[in-house]
Amino acid sequence: MSTPIIEARDVSLSFGSVRALRDVSLTIGPGEITALVGDNGAGKSTLVRCFSGVHKPQSGTVLLDDRPVSFSSPEAARSQGIETVHQNLALVEDLTVWQNLFLNRELTRFGMLDRRGMRRDAARMVSELAVNVPEVTSRVRRLSGGQRQAVSICRAAGFSSRLVIMDEPTAALGVQETKRVEELILRLRDEGHAVLLISHNFAQVMRLSQQVWVMRAGRCVAGRRTDQTTGEEIVGLITGAVAA
Amino acid sequence: MSVVAHTDAAPHGASSEAPDPGSRAGGVSESWRTRLTDLSFWAERASGIGLVLLLVVFTALDPSFLSSGNIAGILSASAALIILAVAQTFVVATAGIDLSIASVMTLGIVVLGQLYAAGTPLALCFVGAVLAGLLAGLVNGFLVARAKITDFVVTLGMLSAASGLGLILSDGQPVTVTEGFFFDISLDGPVSMVSWIVVVAIVIAVIAHVVLFHTRFGTHVLATGGSPEAATATGIRTDRVKMGVYAIAGLLAGLAAIIVVARLGSTPPAANTTYLLNSVAAVVLGGVSLFGGKASILGPVFGALLLTVLLNGLTTLGVSQYYQPLSVGVVVVAAAFLMRFQK
Repeated sequence: MSTPIIEARDVSLSFGSVRALRDVSLTIGPGEITALVGDNGAGKSTLVRCFSGVHKPQSGTVLLDDRPVSFSSPEAARSQGIETVHQNLALVEDLTVWQNLFLNRELTRFGMLDRRGMRRDAARMVSELAVNVPEVTSRVRRLSGGQRQAVSICRAAGFSSRLVIMDEPTAALGVQETKRVEELILRLRDEGHAVLLISHNFAQVMRLSQQVWVMRAGRCVAGRRTDQTTGEEIVGLITGAVAA
Repeated sequence: MSVVAHTDAAPHGASSEAPDPGSRAGGVSESWRTRLTDLSFWAERASGIGLVLLLVVFTALDPSFLSSGNIAGILSASAALIILAVAQTFVVATAGIDLSIASVMTLGIVVLGQLYAAGTPLALCFVGAVLAGLLAGLVNGFLVARAKITDFVVTLGMLSAASGLGLILSDGQPVTVTEGFFFDISLDGPVSMVSWIVVVAIVIAVIAHVVLFHTRFGTHVLATGGSPEAATATGIRTDRVKMGVYAIAGLLAGLAAIIVVARLGSTPPAANTTYLLNSVAAVVLGGVSLFGGKASILGPVFGALLLTVLLNGLTTLGVSQYYQPLSVGVVVVAAAFLMRFQK
């Protein structure tokens, strides 16, 4: 396997007496979709937040391109090309699609917003990635759940991000919309982004990912190439029925 | 109603937005018809439409209402309220409210008066009034954004504190300001019927519009009000944005103080709560969402004009002053009711 984009080495983190992460080590390779699975409370979201700059590991290191990094904020992680698609979408309903795509990254000319430039670039970003997204000038309030997720993913994929972290991107979506978002995730990978996907949907994990990491009770208990495992084995690893 | 308006409006719509008039013309007039029968379309334009309606009604009842003298009077009387409504809009856009805005203006008035009485050059008196407002706004912003105290409580406290400070500084006495400059800016202007203080209000409104819709700060204001979680997730420092809007509100209240002194020729130290109520009323009339995230500058400006026209018209018609607060209350609640149909 080529050099991982991001790697966790013996990462541990406790909240009070709760040991959320215990010596977690895993790697995320470039240009592929890595799935992170595990029961609720297994530590998936906590680990992901160590990558996106929300949490800091108490011990162990996070390596970006083989260099140890310590993100002081989500902004710092974003500046290194690590983007997160949040579970709660994080879109402003009363702003337009293009305003959301450029939120806190607005283009300016002489201190004024370059509204035309942002509309143009937003239309390009959306047309490159998504198939079902409406006009970039429409307000997010008028969008369906799938369209909103597409906007969130476009925002994460734009701006030359290297790793896009998605926390259950299809949890709230219908069948058709899930299919569209999955297509979008695959296209993201085909364009060279690495994707870290948290999902409870094993069929989805098997369909999309190339690598699966399994977490249980704060530990990373197993890693498998997706084409060398089965859904049953993954379920067994999550519950502990199958020994890693 | 909708059919008449639709035939008027269709050619305009077709020429401005349809790329292929042959195939799209039907669709465009259809969209105008749906827009005009849509209550949300009216709700968003309540202040402008209401203003025109009031002008028509008052002119019908008394043709002298539209005399140049009365128009000039209405415009000058609305200048301070326009500035306060613009100030309130910034705060409300972040889902906050500034109940201290009129008291802070009064504090600015008092500071101006005291500096003037001490023989300070006029320009420094103005600076003093604006700085007093800005300082009060910064205190509001700090308490709301950093100390995380509810905006309602903070600004209610400032309402009392600022007016109290005004009474202490002035010892409850107004200062008469006999300065030719004030007569010049409140009575003269670049064009007839438009005095310089109206020009100041218009300039402030234009700048506010540019700030709100053409700067990063403005977008962040709307994002902070629309979804604090989303704004924070994209790295927007919502506490700084809130500090900013309260500081702007205080600064503009200080500017409004100068306008009021120019019109009155004195510096009354008593807080004028009507300004507070009317500033909130103008914002509501202007279609700004009290839940934040949705704002306009033109709407509240029309709202401020509407309220001024309403009071002026009732006075012109000889209606007792006692009916004025009642009429403002009815108009505002009616406007808030209309807002429920906004989508």
